[in-house]
Amino acid sequence: MRVPEDLRYSREHEWVRLEGDGKARVGITDYAQSELGDVVYVELPEVGRHLEAGEALGVVESVKSVSDVYSPLSGRVLEVNGALAESPEKVNQDPYGEGWMIRLEPDDPAEAEKLLDAAGYRALVEAEGGS
Amino acid sequence: MSEPLIYELGGPGHQGAELPPLDVPDAEEAAGGELPGLPEGLLRKSPPLLPEVTEPEVVRHYTRLSEMNYAIDNGFYPLGSCTMKYNPKRNDAMAALPGFRDLHPLTPEAGAQGALELMARLEAALAEITGMARFSLQPVAGAQGEFTGLSIVRAYHESRGEERTRVIVPDSAHGTNPASAAMAGYQVVEVRSDARGGIDVEDLDRVLGPDVAALMLTNPNTLGLFDERTLEIARRVHEAGALLYYDGANLNAILGLARPGDMGFDIVHLNLHKTFSGPHGGGGPGSGPVGVAAGLERFLPRPLVVKEGDRYRLEWGDPDGLDRPAPESVGKVQAFWGNFAVAVRAYAYVLTLGAEGLRRVAETSVLNANYLMRRLARTFELPYDRPCMHEFVLSGERLKKETGVRVLDVAKRLLDYGLHPGSVYFPLIVEEALMIEPTETESLATLDAYAEALEAIAREAREEPQKLREAPFTTPVRRLDEVAAARRPVLRWSPAGERRA
Repeated sequence: MRVPEDLRYSREHEWVRLEGDGKARVGITDYAQSELGDVVYVELPEVGRHLEAGEALGVVESVKSVSDVYSPLSGRVLEVNGALAESPEKVNQDPYGEGWMIRLEPDDPAEAEKLLDAAGYRALVEAEGGS
Repeated sequence: MSEPLIYELGGPGHQGAELPPLDVPDAEEAAGGELPGLPEGLLRKSPPLLPEVTEPEVVRHYTRLSEMNYAIDNGFYPLGSCTMKYNPKRNDAMAALPGFRDLHPLTPEAGAQGALELMARLEAALAEITGMARFSLQPVAGAQGEFTGLSIVRAYHESRGEERTRVIVPDSAHGTNPASAAMAGYQVVEVRSDARGGIDVEDLDRVLGPDVAALMLTNPNTLGLFDERTLEIARRVHEAGALLYYDGANLNAILGLARPGDMGFDIVHLNLHKTFSGPHGGGGPGSGPVGVAAGLERFLPRPLVVKEGDRYRLEWGDPDGLDRPAPESVGKVQAFWGNFAVAVRAYAYVLTLGAEGLRRVAETSVLNANYLMRRLARTFELPYDRPCMHEFVLSGERLKKETGVRVLDVAKRLLDYGLHPGSVYFPLIVEEALMIEPTETESLATLDAYAEALEAIAREAREEPQKLREAPFTTPVRRLDEVAAARRPVLRWSPAGERRA
């Protein structure tokens, strides 16, 4: 299971990358994609929508289940990863790269400090029985 | 596929049908070669591409398909939460009685007294079994029963001038519960399960509030566990002004032993095609009657059957007797009177078994499940280790960690043993879930044979894990590509050469 050091993580298994321009990129973790199994459909929000931290930003459907994806930060949606409509498998293949889901304009970038760091997230997954 | 589609069989000019002579006026001929009333733009220009096959081609095709089928009539079918019990053939004989079978649904009441009497008697039996005041037999599936029940929830709150927007559903619920609540226009809120597998009452307090319309509860729940705090949950839900909804999917476990009405449930739906032995699982059709506690009868779909003197009639709920629909009824939810033939089967089942027999159904289904659970707990993990009701949930998490074999592979391999798997990956709160409901109609020998097959597969997982990942080997089609089926479904057949991606 990969948990990059430079990201922040939610308890619901989403990651956030704060980018140089103050914007944030969001996706689901490697652990989340492996638990879900093969992803077959991803529903993403409309660009321009404002999300509260913890609010469902979309839905990810795998052969096993359908799950909400929650926004780890409050902010406005700047961009969604349209490539996932044709190739949802990118979420499995490259969850931290091409499998990203949305780009956000955070209301308060400092909100990310409240999220887990890599060590904290690893501990969370171990507590849930993952490896 | 080893069997072609019927469109791929036969050839030009192959014919099998012998139509009887027309015994009504030919509309096309009478109108001088035109079909009256059909807009020109809707008429097809070329004949439809229907199969052209001879009678033997048709008969052999469907016979071959039926031979590939797996059904309760040719094997054990412990698909969790579906109550795939044996469907007694006596019930089919009753449903095929000409007086029932040949009755037109629009027959006037005077000519349908027997059918109306059966509906009234079945309703009374279901009310007694569940402790509810009245039932509507209209809904034709569990999910439609849920939708009808939630429409009653809405009508109830509106009658009190209250607008409530949320419905609470446990995280162990059947997927139809949140889906039905959303269909009925409610926002779905999830309540967590506690360590014993029941509703986490503290979490319930967190989500309960003046905007909650109902809590939907399956009891026993999808873990096969009876919620030990049902009365406390009912009290809290009612104190919040909400209604308590009983999903009757698992009623089989408590038939004749406990009643939702006595536990404080306000609305229930039953599945006659599960608990009351109607055929289902591709063999349907279903029937999902909805019952309500006293005080909610006026919201039920209409018509209901009422008895006046020694006659039965359809009652549309209008106090003036003018056959106008009851103003507070949620209305009709199905054409005609529901799936009447399933109601006949359910009534035959109730009469055949009687009160004592129904109680033994519940007791035997619980005994069978506990026997199989204890035996299989030596091979798989038991995430909630306490006596179960009519079904139980195992986890294949340890097997997956140790061998890489997933519970999906175990299920596929069971097919090679000629057995139907349980439900896999449900409920969602158990990792690598395998849910097994043996039902009361299976013998000790059948249960042991199933356990032996699962034990043998667990051994294979350690010795030849790759083999399990490729199973099944003996079925008409091998491992299906579920990912491709979901990502790139082919939903429409096209003639060869015209196939599009």
